[in-house]
Amino acid sequence: MANGGVPPMLDGGFAAALRDDRGGRIFLGVLLAVAVLVPLVNLLPPESSAFHLSSYTVTLLGKYMTYAMLAIAVDLIWGYCGILSLGHGAFFALGGYAIGMYLMRQIGTRGVYGDPNLPDFMVFLNWQELPWFWHGFSSFPYALLMILLAPGVLALAFGYLAFRSRVSGVYLSIITQALTYALMLAFFRNDMGFGGNNGFTDFKEILGFDLQSTTTRMALFLLTAAALGGSYVLCRVIIASRAGRVIQAVRDAENRARFIGYRVESYKLWVFVLSALIAGIAGSLYVPQVGIINPSEFSPANSIEIVIWVAIGGRGTLYGAVVGAFIVNYAKTYFTAALPSVWLYALGALFVLVTLFLPRGVVGAITTMRRARAKPLAAGKVRP
Amino acid sequence: MTILALACSWFAGSAQPATTGQSTDASGTVDERFAALLAGLPDADFSEKRALIQRLAEMHDPRVRAVLQGMLDGSLAARTADKRVFILTGEGAPDEGPVRLTDPLTGAAAGSAAATDFDKIGLNNQLRKSLRVALAQFDLSDPDAGVRLAAVNEMLRALDADSIAVLRERFKREANAAVKRKIEVGLALADLDSADAQVRLAAVTAVASSLNPDVFNRLTLLVQPAADGSHTEPDSRVRAAAQASLKSIERSRSFYSAIQTLLYGLSQGSVLVLAAVGLAITFGVMGVINMAHGELMMLGAYTTYVVQLLMPQHIGASIIVAIPAAFLVAGLAGVAIERGIVRHLYGRPLETLLATFGVSLILQQAVRDIFSANNRPVETPAWLAGSLQINEVLAITYNRLYIIGFTLALFLVLLAVLKRTRLGLEVRAVSQNRAMAKAMGVRTEWVDAMTFGLGSGIAGVAGVALSQLTNVGPNLGQSYIVDSFMVVVFGGVGNLWGTELGGNALGIVNKVLEPYAGAVLAKIFVLVFLILFIQRRPRGLFPQKGRAADG
Amino acid sequence: MIRFSGRSRSERAPSAGMRAGDPNRVSATGPDATHGYILYLEDITVSFDGFRALNALTLYVDAGELRCIIGPNGAGKTTMMDVITGKTRPDQGSAWFGQQIDLLTLTEPEIAQAGIGRKFQKPTVFENLSVFENLELAMAGPKTVWKWLAARITPAQHQQIDAVLETVGLTERRLDSAGALSHGQKQWLEIGMLLMQNPEVLLVDEPVAGMTPQEVERTAELLLSLAGKHTVIVVEHDMVFVRSIARKVTVLHEGSVLAEGSIEEVQANPKVIEVYLGE
Repeated sequence: MANGGVPPMLDGGFAAALRDDRGGRIFLGVLLAVAVLVPLVNLLPPESSAFHLSSYTVTLLGKYMTYAMLAIAVDLIWGYCGILSLGHGAFFALGGYAIGMYLMRQIGTRGVYGDPNLPDFMVFLNWQELPWFWHGFSSFPYALLMILLAPGVLALAFGYLAFRSRVSGVYLSIITQALTYALMLAFFRNDMGFGGNNGFTDFKEILGFDLQSTTTRMALFLLTAAALGGSYVLCRVIIASRAGRVIQAVRDAENRARFIGYRVESYKLWVFVLSALIAGIAGSLYVPQVGIINPSEFSPANSIEIVIWVAIGGRGTLYGAVVGAFIVNYAKTYFTAALPSVWLYALGALFVLVTLFLPRGVVGAITTMRRARAKPLAAGKVRP
Repeated sequence: MTILALACSWFAGSAQPATTGQSTDASGTVDERFAALLAGLPDADFSEKRALIQRLAEMHDPRVRAVLQGMLDGSLAARTADKRVFILTGEGAPDEGPVRLTDPLTGAAAGSAAATDFDKIGLNNQLRKSLRVALAQFDLSDPDAGVRLAAVNEMLRALDADSIAVLRERFKREANAAVKRKIEVGLALADLDSADAQVRLAAVTAVASSLNPDVFNRLTLLVQPAADGSHTEPDSRVRAAAQASLKSIERSRSFYSAIQTLLYGLSQGSVLVLAAVGLAITFGVMGVINMAHGELMMLGAYTTYVVQLLMPQHIGASIIVAIPAAFLVAGLAGVAIERGIVRHLYGRPLETLLATFGVSLILQQAVRDIFSANNRPVETPAWLAGSLQINEVLAITYNRLYIIGFTLALFLVLLAVLKRTRLGLEVRAVSQNRAMAKAMGVRTEWVDAMTFGLGSGIAGVAGVALSQLTNVGPNLGQSYIVDSFMVVVFGGVGNLWGTELGGNALGIVNKVLEPYAGAVLAKIFVLVFLILFIQRRPRGLFPQKGRAADG
Repeated sequence: MIRFSGRSRSERAPSAGMRAGDPNRVSATGPDATHGYILYLEDITVSFDGFRALNALTLYVDAGELRCIIGPNGAGKTTMMDVITGKTRPDQGSAWFGQQIDLLTLTEPEIAQAGIGRKFQKPTVFENLSVFENLELAMAGPKTVWKWLAARITPAQHQQIDAVLETVGLTERRLDSAGALSHGQKQWLEIGMLLMQNPEVLLVDEPVAGMTPQEVERTAELLLSLAGKHTVIVVEHDMVFVRSIARKVTVLHEGSVLAEGSIEEVQANPKVIEVYLGE
C-alpha cells in the first residue's frame, strides 16, 4: 500500500490495482507500444527494407509472449501462494494439444495420405476410424472449450486431492513432477491417439486462414499480446483484492490462516485452477504460432525451466515473471544459435547464481538498488 | 615286403571283429585292440565303419573319445603311405598347408606334415548319427554330471531301440538326480509313441511333475482335438490322465512364474532402492531434495567406464575397483555441491531444489563434452554374465541376482553406519532436532557435508550397478531421478527401512503389472497410485517423527 | 500509563450457507453458555507413539473468566490447546464449546469461526502484509473466496480495525509490514487479530515470552481488560505475570489436572510444591 499512507477504503477494481503497481504499468505500456509498432514494421515496409521486421521475428516474439503468460501463471501460484508446481508445463501442453487436435482436423485431405478424416499418423498406424475423443474437434468452439476444460479439470482433480490431504512443500513439488512425467510417458505412446513421439505438426489453417500467411501470424501475435495483457491485469486485480491478500497470507503462515477461519484448501485450489487455465490458454496460442506440439512439452525439465524464468525475473511481482521469461528465452535463442554447447552451462549457472545471489530476481535487485538510494524511512514499509 | 605282410595280417586281424561282430581279441591288450580297430577304419565301408565305431565306443577308453570326435569333426585321417591313422590339427584353411599330427594311440604329438599326404576317414549321415550316439553313450559314463546331462539330451534327440535300452540301463545306475530326471522324462516321451495304451498311460502319469517344455507341448497335443474333432490319442483314459497331468503342470508353471515375477520385481526394486537411498538420507537429514542426484549416479556409471579403460586386462576386477572409486568420485562431488551451494541455501528447500537442478544441467553437459554425447560401452565381467537356471521355467540373470544381494548388503552396511558409528549418531541427532544437536556440541555443518557426501557416494555406487543393467550415457540420471523421488515419497524419510521396503514394493508392483499393461502403462499406473497414496499418507510409509518434523 | 480501552462486541455476522465443512454453518447465535461453563473438556486422552501427552484430562472453564494454565514442560498444555482448536484429535474423551457445539467434530477453520481464537507460542503473523492488512484478514464473518474477491472495506469495518489497533497499541505502526515489528509487537498484533475474530474464547499461549517488563505489564492490562466480555485462557511460565492477572489457576502435570484454585491456594498445595514450584 504505497499510496501515500492512506489505507484503501474502496480497494479492488482495475484502477486501484494498477495504481499501486508501477512495474505493471510500465509493462503494460511497453506491451501496448509493441502491439502497435510491430504490425507497422512488419506489414508496412517491403521485405527488403532495413525497417522490416521479419515474420519469423514476429512469431518469435509471439512465442516469448506465450511463455510470459505461462510465467505469470506460475508466479501466481508460487510467488503469491507458495505452491511450487514443477509440472505446470503439463497444463501448457494440454492446451496446446487441444488446439493441435483442431488444427489437425483442419488439414483434411491436404495431408500426406490424403485422408479426409484421419490425420496422417493414424493412417500410418493403420487405424480405420477416428477415436471417440477426436470427434468434436472439427468445431472451433469445441476446441476452445477443451482448451479450458482439459487443463482445468486436471488441475481441479489433482489440486483437490493434493490440497485436501495437506500435501505441501517438496512433497507437493515432487508429485507435480510425477504428474507431468506420467503424462509425458502416456503421450509418447503411439497407441494413445495423440500422435505418439511425433506429436502434431504440418498444420495448414486456422478458421480458414492460412497459418503461414503474414496476416494470420500478425493476428495471432496481436491476440497473444491481448491475452498476455489480459491475464496480467486479471492476476493483478485478484492479488490486489482481499482474496489476494489471503492467498499471500496462506503463503506466509498457512496454519495461522487456517486458525483465523480460512478454508485454505479452497483458496489454494481456486488459484491453482486459474493458473492452470492461464497456462492452457498460453499453450493454445503457442502451438499455432510455432506449428508443432509433441510430448516433450510434458517433460519435467520444461516445467522446471518455467520456475527459473520466474525466479530470475523476480517472483511475487508478476511483471518480474514476464521479464524473466523474456530474458531467459532470448538468451536461449541467442546461445543455441551462436554457442550451442555453452547454453546448458549458462542455464545451469543461471539456476545456481540466481538462487544464491538474487533471491528476489532481477526486478528485486533493481528495486533494492532504488530503495537504497531513497530515504531510509522507506524501509519497513510494505513493498509496492 | 615285411611291412606289407605285417599290414596284411594286421588288416586281417582287425577285419575279423568287423565281420563277425564279436570281439575275438579278448586276450589282446587294450592298446592292441584299439590299434586294431583304428587300423580297420581307412578301408572299411560305411556299414563296417559303423560296427567299428560301435566296438570303439564299447571300449570305454578315454582315447577313443578323441578319435570319435575327430571322425565327426573331419580331422581323423589316414596317411596315404602307410594307412596309419592320425588326428590332424590344421593351422590354415582345411586341406591346405602343414598340419600337426596327433597319434590317437598315445595322444602325443607326432610331428607335422602336409595335409595332402592324408586321406580323411569319410562319413555319411548315418555314420554321423551313429558317431553322435556313440559319443553320447561315451559321455553317459563321464564322471562330470554336466557332461552326462548333455549326453542324455543328445541321445533323446535321436531315440531308437538301442539308445532307449542304453538309457534305461544308465537310469538304474545314475546317481545324479538331474540326469536321472532327464532320462526319465526322455524315456517317458518316447513311451508316448508306444502302441500299448498301458505304456502310454504310465508315461503320461510319470511326467505329471515335469516342467520340461517338450512334455508340456506333447501333452497339449495329446488332449487337443484336431479341427475335425478327432484325437491323436485314441484311448480316453490316456487322454484323461494327460489332462490331469497338464493341470498339475500348469499349476507348477504359474507358481514358478509368480516366483519369477517376484524375483524380477525384487531386482527392479533393488535398483530403485539403490537409486533412492542416497536421496532419502539427504532429504531426511537436511530436508533438501538434490535434483543432481541422478547425475551423481551417472558419474558413478562413468567412473566404472573409466576404471575399465584403465584396466582393460582385468575386467573381472573392474567392478570391485569401481565401487569404492565411484563412491569417492560422487561423494566428493556431493561434498563440493554442499559446501559450495547447498550450505548457503539452508532452510530454503525449494531454492535448493532449483539450484541443484542447475548443477545437474552443468554436470550433464560436462559429461557430454568430456566423453561424448553418445553412450559409452561398459563391459560385463564374466562372473556377472549368464544366468542361473533354477528349473526349466525359472531363471534369473546373474547380474540381477548380484544386484539384489549387493543392495541388501549395502543397506545393512548403511544401517550399521547409522546405528553404530559416531557419524551415524550425529546424523540421526541432527535430523531429529537440529537446534538441540547444535546445542549439544554436534558440528552440524560438518554433519551436513558428510551426510550429503554419503548420500552422493551411495548414488555413485548405484551408478556402478546401473552400468551393468543399462546404457551409460549423459541422460542416465534423468531416467532414474523421478523414480528415486517416488521411492522417497512412498517410503518416507524417517527410516531407512522405508526406502528399502518402499523401493522393493514399487519394483514388485511394477513387474506384476507389466504383463497386463506393458512397461510404460505399468509405470504410469505406479505414478498415479503414488499420487493417490500420498493423499492418505502425506509423509510416506515411515514418516519422520517428532515435533521438529512438523515444521 | 496507557490504558487499554475495552470495546463492546459488535454483532456477529450472520452465517451463510449450510454446506458440511463450511466454517460458516456453525450456529449464528454462538455457543450456549447458559449453564455458566463455556468450555467442557472431559476425560481427554491423547497419545503420541506411546507417550501419553494428555491423560484423562478434565477441565471446565466459566464464561467470561480469565484462567491461567501452568505446569512444567511436557505437562500437556499446548496439546490441550491443540485438542480444543481441532489440530489434534484425542483418542478418548469429549470436548464441548458451550452446550451444543461438539469440538471434536469440527475442523480448525470451523472452530475458529465458531468463536475460539488461538494465539500461538511463536507469534505467527503474515510478515509480508501490513499490520492493517493482517487485521483486515482476521475480521469476523464468512471467508469464502468469492466474497473476498469482490470485498471492499466498509467504514464500519475500518472503524473496528482502528479500534483494535488502539486496544493493542499499534496505531502508529498500522501501515508497516508486520515483519518489521518487534517480537512483543508481533504478539500484540496476533492478539489483535484474535480480537478481530470476535471470539468467545481466547486461547493465549505464552503471550509474554521474550517481552520487556514494560511490555509484560501492558499485556497484563490488555488481557485483564478482555476478560468478562471474552473468556481468556492463558498458558504461561512467567509466575510474576501469572500472579498479576490470575483469578483462577489450573496446574497441569503429566497430562492431567493436578490442582485448581486461586494462585495462593495452588502455591500452598503440597502436590504442586512437590512437582513444580516455578518462581
